[in-house]
Amino acid sequence: MTTKLMGTAVQRVEDQRFLRGEGRYVDDIAVDGRTLHAAVLRSPHAHARIIDIDVDEVLDLDGVHAVWTYDDLTGPMAEPLPLLIPHPALTHGRTQYALARDEVNYVGEAIAFVVADDRYVAEDAVGLIKVSYEFLKPVVGIDNARAAQHLVHEDVPGNIGARLEQNVGDAPTAIAAAPHRLELDLTVERSACMPMEGRGTVARWDADINRLQVWTSTQTSTGVRAAVAVKLGLDLGQVDVITPDVGGGFGVKIVHPWPEELLVPLAARALGRTVKFTEDRREHFISSAHERGQVHHVEVGFDDDGRLCGLDVEFWHDHGAYSPYGLIVPIITSTQLLGPYKPNNYRVVFESLYTNTVMVTPYRGAGRPQGCYTMERTMDAIAAYLGKDRAEVRAVNFIQPDEFPFDQGLIFQDGRELEYDSGDYPASLEKIKALVGWDEFPAYQAEMAAVGRKVGIGLACYVEGTGVGPYEGAHVHIETSGKVKVATGLTTQGQGHATVFAQLVADELGCRFEDIEVVTGDTRRMPYAVGTFASRAAVMSGSAIHLAAKRAKEKVLRIAADALEADESDLEIIAGVVSVKGSPGSSIDLGTVAVLSNPLRYAFDEASQAATQFSVGDPGKAPVPEDEEPGLEGKDFYSPERATFASGMHAVIVETDPLTAEITILKYAVVHDCGHLINPMIVEGQIHGGVAQGIGGALYERMAYDESGQLLNASFMDFLMPYVTEVPDGIDIDHLETPSPLNPLGIKGAGEAGVIPSAAVFASAIEDAEGFPITAMPISPSELFALRQQRAEEKS
Amino acid sequence: MSEELHDVRLVVNGTTHHTQVPARRLLSDALRHDLALTGTHVGCEHGVCGACTVLVDGKPMRSCLIFAVSAIDTEITTVEGLTEPDGSLGPVQQAFAECHGLQCGFCTPGFLTTITAGLAENPCPTHDEARDMIAGNLCRCTGYQNIVKAVERAAVLIEERTS
Repeated sequence: MTTKLMGTAVQRVEDQRFLRGEGRYVDDIAVDGRTLHAAVLRSPHAHARIIDIDVDEVLDLDGVHAVWTYDDLTGPMAEPLPLLIPHPALTHGRTQYALARDEVNYVGEAIAFVVADDRYVAEDAVGLIKVSYEFLKPVVGIDNARAAQHLVHEDVPGNIGARLEQNVGDAPTAIAAAPHRLELDLTVERSACMPMEGRGTVARWDADINRLQVWTSTQTSTGVRAAVAVKLGLDLGQVDVITPDVGGGFGVKIVHPWPEELLVPLAARALGRTVKFTEDRREHFISSAHERGQVHHVEVGFDDDGRLCGLDVEFWHDHGAYSPYGLIVPIITSTQLLGPYKPNNYRVVFESLYTNTVMVTPYRGAGRPQGCYTMERTMDAIAAYLGKDRAEVRAVNFIQPDEFPFDQGLIFQDGRELEYDSGDYPASLEKIKALVGWDEFPAYQAEMAAVGRKVGIGLACYVEGTGVGPYEGAHVHIETSGKVKVATGLTTQGQGHATVFAQLVADELGCRFEDIEVVTGDTRRMPYAVGTFASRAAVMSGSAIHLAAKRAKEKVLRIAADALEADESDLEIIAGVVSVKGSPGSSIDLGTVAVLSNPLRYAFDEASQAATQFSVGDPGKAPVPEDEEPGLEGKDFYSPERATFASGMHAVIVETDPLTAEITILKYAVVHDCGHLINPMIVEGQIHGGVAQGIGGALYERMAYDESGQLLNASFMDFLMPYVTEVPDGIDIDHLETPSPLNPLGIKGAGEAGVIPSAAVFASAIEDAEGFPITAMPISPSELFALRQQRAEEKS
Repeated sequence: MSEELHDVRLVVNGTTHHTQVPARRLLSDALRHDLALTGTHVGCEHGVCGACTVLVDGKPMRSCLIFAVSAIDTEITTVEGLTEPDGSLGPVQQAFAECHGLQCGFCTPGFLTTITAGLAENPCPTHDEARDMIAGNLCRCTGYQNIVKAVERAAVLIEERTS
């Protein structure tokens, strides 16, 4: 028997090209002297009316091929960019133009687009464009947006893009009647995905066949394709979008079309030349999306055990200058805030607010980190109020294993009920307590205190809806060589899809792992797809690939049974050979089955000779049976009723320096339940990366906007992403595998798990070390130092 | 007005290239766009992320902070030059494959060159020295855990291959 690859730490096949420097990222496409390069003039002001744009000097510059402003755009290109995810509550959705029309609303908004012989010349040209502005008052920060003394968009009263309320039971009444009540105010600042590769697009117009090819660093090739076709007035069939290797996404590249994703193809068609745009790091800071900035107010009522009677949460979400991605982030916060708990009565209301800053769209975790932080801070506050163990308070509120499926009574981000499919939260809690040494910690803390050291332990639990719809599809093609070509439409940004999807095909089809090649994000190979976000790739495309491989296998068995004059149920496929169980001599390899699947008139090699008309087939029958198609292929789609809910718990032990308030991580532990693991090595890698990003978000990273809307730290010198020196030396990981009943493989998503509880778990641990509430994250040593001083002043 | 071009002779991975570049052309751009050696990646263009690190006379340097014209008369090694002559992975590359030291792969070339130089200088690093060796490079995917393991594994592989 063959060994199942599902659950095995198979080494990644894609690494072979990455390690040799043979990856093909978008800036590596069309590297030749003929490709033209684009640069963008971006607004230096956060809020201004454009009075005039003078491009005269650019026209005299050698090597410039085009300079465009809004006035050069026509038809659909002159209309605002699409509002991708409309929602009835988004009463005032606003999107920007590909090039600003008469107003700019954030520093970084695209105003003019230049195409030149190389990027250096294009940037020279950008520097020669003169724009005169009439300055408007910028609105920066949630407080100013709510105060609404000035408006971001004249026609959006109160700067309120949306207000959404959901109720389960009657929270205000339940809280009023509860034995105990608490109120908390909790804030989280802005951060951003910051993939190592920024955005980029290359386009080539082939005038001979009236067809456009676009390579773009995206999380959705089909989305970009549809948008480009609409905006450029092309038929969908004239546009191919190919996602090359992508140097990280983390959410920002699900947004589309970026202005450059339209302007580059437009220029390629207009100029008849290949055109490339590669975003630089400063541009990424000021023109690609951010996330996380929210302010929350919590009212909670609970009993003597800490059991929730009612929870009432109001929060304000800063969505920046525009709202193309709708309300996804605040909806996720408002629903996933509940985590593994039963609130009994819950009211949540949020306002999504405009500010004159870079727009906000999902960043790994996508609103869950804020929700988890809000809920877990509340749990800690209840425990502190009652003088109870923080783990115990959580445990009394858990949904129990026998209560699944559990309907939280809310509508989730996909418009479906928030119904948890499976989980075992008490088991996870036991595991995390053992892994971090929860019960032993008080003794350790006392021991450290005795020698003048401050240590604290934190715990945070989360549930993550993963694998949202609507669907993904897959195509499995067995070639006459016996090689298996697999295509799925969603894209890859480092998750190892070429490996894990091949594992699934090898297991189902029985072919050799090394004969499989997986292609993702190429609309020529799979034109129906959604994209890579919400930890959905393994669940959605993994399931679709499993189903497509199953279909291919069924066809293999039908043809092989005929050829071997055996019953299908007596056949097995091992290492690419179909044989009759128990008589290995009676066998046929997959390549030969592929030859037989496609009756030929013309031979082109030795294998195909066997399929020509004088070699095979019953002259009394149609060469291709009525209910079959030629070729050895399987295609299928997976479209689940609703998301599947992964869960997990993190714990951290920190030490805070009594003098400097420096925060050091002594131990970090993760218990993670994403159902059955396809490749544990890759899942752990995802967790490692998420934890590091979470540490950045909890302790270092923030977008430092000044009151005029200038981003003061728009470089890697000033925006502090973790190096190895900021992450712990070792992350302890334990898995629980509670399978999902919703898909054939029992899997759940894993991509965002590492980052969700970070702000919550660090706030919990620092609070434990310091003995006073932590209510704003991220927290730097100087902020902790200031809190200590404030605390000391209050006491004296 | 066209820019003045300068004749530049660049020796990269043992091969001599003659090209003409403006004085302001960065070495990273010359490698990538003039010599089509796209394995060297550009992550920040201000010398912080380390993705563009190449070896200049064996020393790790940020090619986004060097002008191509100032790299004349040096021996440059890029990630493409770390692969063995027979096409198999070099020891640092092999260690990354074994330890799952990369995800999206964008920062990886800079780590590979940095570690190659680091292990040439210190072939048997302690665990802390292995961490220090990569402390100047940014990775947004891996959380560095497996990159540190790859440094230690690479040290073993180099020892095995040279003994």
